[in-house]
Amino acid sequence: MARMKSYGSQLFLPLSVLAILILVNLIKGSSYFSISIINGALYGNIPNILFGASELVILAIGMTLVTSSAGSQDLSVGVAATITSAVFVWVLLSAGKITWITILAAFLASCVVGILIGTFNGALVAALNVQPIVATLIVYTAGRSIAFLIDGKLSPILANNLTYEIGSEIPGVPIQTPIILTAVFVVLFAVLLRTTNLKLYSQSVGINQRAARLNGINPVRIKFLAFMIMGVCTAVAGFIAVTKAGRHDSVNLLKDIEMDAILAVAIGGSSLYGGKFSITGSIIGAYTIEVLNRTLLRLDVDPDAIKAFKAVFIIILMVIASPAVRELAGNGTKWVRDRLGGAVQIPTAIGEDAAVDPKSDISAKKEV
Amino acid sequence: MTFRSMSDRVESSTRSRGTGWIRLPKTVYLVAALLLAMAGIASAGGSSEKAAATSSTPSSLIKVGIVNLPPAESGYRQANVDDMNNVFSQANGYDAKQTNTGDNSEQIAAAEGYIRDGVNYLLISAANATGWDNVLQSAKAAGVTVFLFDRLIQTDPSNFQAAVVSDMRAEGDRALNWLLSQNLPVYNVILIRGQLGSAAEVGRSAPFLKAAADNKINIVADGTGGDSWSPAEARKVVEAAITAGKDFNVIYAENDGLAQGAVQALDAAGISHGKGGKVIIMGCDFNRFGLRNVQAGYWNFTNQCRPRQAAEISSWIKAHQSGAAFPSGIIYQKEIYADTSNVTDAMIQDQGINADPGKGVITK
Repeated sequence: MARMKSYGSQLFLPLSVLAILILVNLIKGSSYFSISIINGALYGNIPNILFGASELVILAIGMTLVTSSAGSQDLSVGVAATITSAVFVWVLLSAGKITWITILAAFLASCVVGILIGTFNGALVAALNVQPIVATLIVYTAGRSIAFLIDGKLSPILANNLTYEIGSEIPGVPIQTPIILTAVFVVLFAVLLRTTNLKLYSQSVGINQRAARLNGINPVRIKFLAFMIMGVCTAVAGFIAVTKAGRHDSVNLLKDIEMDAILAVAIGGSSLYGGKFSITGSIIGAYTIEVLNRTLLRLDVDPDAIKAFKAVFIIILMVIASPAVRELAGNGTKWVRDRLGGAVQIPTAIGEDAAVDPKSDISAKKEV
Repeated sequence: MTFRSMSDRVESSTRSRGTGWIRLPKTVYLVAALLLAMAGIASAGGSSEKAAATSSTPSSLIKVGIVNLPPAESGYRQANVDDMNNVFSQANGYDAKQTNTGDNSEQIAAAEGYIRDGVNYLLISAANATGWDNVLQSAKAAGVTVFLFDRLIQTDPSNFQAAVVSDMRAEGDRALNWLLSQNLPVYNVILIRGQLGSAAEVGRSAPFLKAAADNKINIVADGTGGDSWSPAEARKVVEAAITAGKDFNVIYAENDGLAQGAVQALDAAGISHGKGGKVIIMGCDFNRFGLRNVQAGYWNFTNQCRPRQAAEISSWIKAHQSGAAFPSGIIYQKEIYADTSNVTDAMIQDQGINADPGKGVITK
């Protein structure tokens, strides 16, 4: 019951924020949910949102894990994805022939580079105890120049059918490929969290590093792992972004996406100081940001004012997602649930470790 | 969680610590050091000084100091930096050095260095439009002729000889005039702006906004690619217009990347475009991929923003040697446009910027 309450209130608010945005869209035009089939693929607002948010969703997942164990954020994600995608393009174009096999090889190479960047960040954070925001600032600052050099000082062009199909749609498949790739990634990540102790360990490290160490969890190792997984996330996000874009623009690809990824984690209800987290919340947060961007466009907000509008919305979101309001809402839902005798169904989260409730255990240790 | 399972973990983790985990960080440090070194190289590349001349410089060469932005800034800048290096070469009679940095104070320091070195000419594309008064005055005092290129500086016109820049407003006018010459029954335009407030955005938007105010065109959606001129944002602007059921037959994007993103939205929605299509596609900047798209009829138009100012400045210097006076004030470059009827391979080769996908290759 205690578990249900904490997850329920954690997800209830990001979901309600999303619901408010969707309501605004429905008021603007009732055809918001309408979906048609164009060129054999589903088309409409919902597919557009899922398509547009794919990179953000993947980076938000990695950001959640890093935030949980390191207690701070990785600023280098957008730039790291630019480097990994530059490597992808470089390997693919040097391979000469573009086939599914060379695409796979180039993608694996970009994953290796992503993991290397994660290792670099992880070494600074976990082994040398540099603040994550400062440590990741190095790649953030130098990374686009590195990608520019990998690009051979030009923005290389993919211009072939296979990568185009990865970035748009494969004939005969009714769902756009980036949406499928994102879904596969989310499922794999959920399996990873369900089958390993990763979630428990990183939450333990994030809540109290010393207590975790006393219990046999090596904080250095967990933080390293978080940054390495982040590296894979950046490689996947970079892969999707560059196949969507069709060419590699080292200057502007995924620019400023790290801020949205951090925001997604915050909207999702995970503390930016680390510890407990909800991947489901972050994913909802990522889609909420995408819906927000598109809502402002749908409302025909003047381009000069669009940033101000977005800021106002985000302030409202952050207030709603703040711990104080969340606690209030949690008490409210508990009150309602008690009245209804537990009949209310609360959405369950993916990837939640069913074996233990980490909070009760770790916070108990903390008090010792 | 029971105490027992925790203690189990203590053991297993101690074991793994003994067998190799401790060793891993060393390899990790190596990788880290390697990456750090890479980062060092890259950041050094951000403010590098390229010496075009060797140490044994004949005294007959004209000494030129070039203060420019880093090539990594954009495809435009890469073409611009290459152009400077190509034109101000020893073969053309110059002893030129170029400093590339996006930091205004580093740029000013580099300019001061060139003045101390006794260059004949100082060429500047400033990171910031302000803060240059002192260094420009000391150049004047030292008898160094200053030319500005691509970017203007807010200073007294007497502090520099001449500036050669793109006329962004003229670019906007050229695009609008081309569009109006298409004789469409109605012009329902989606306007996709660049970074709001930038010289390029202001100049390229103004004629269209004025034409809309004069009822010559309708702007049915007014969006922006944001500060990073993001194709993905441009795509969202067009997607919002499509799903809201807006009727449009022109997309005017203020650079080629934005046009590309906009076209992706049309393709996904099955709306025809380009030559003979429903929607006219207009880009800007003369990226070679954009020019190839125009050539293939996938787009209709792209507008030049010329990054090559070196030849013009060089011609002034050479003319001055044979007795002609320097031009003065702000001089706008001659720029052209490309549409499906006038685009040629030579134009793409000589005037384009960035990588060339090759003839007949469409960049979707």
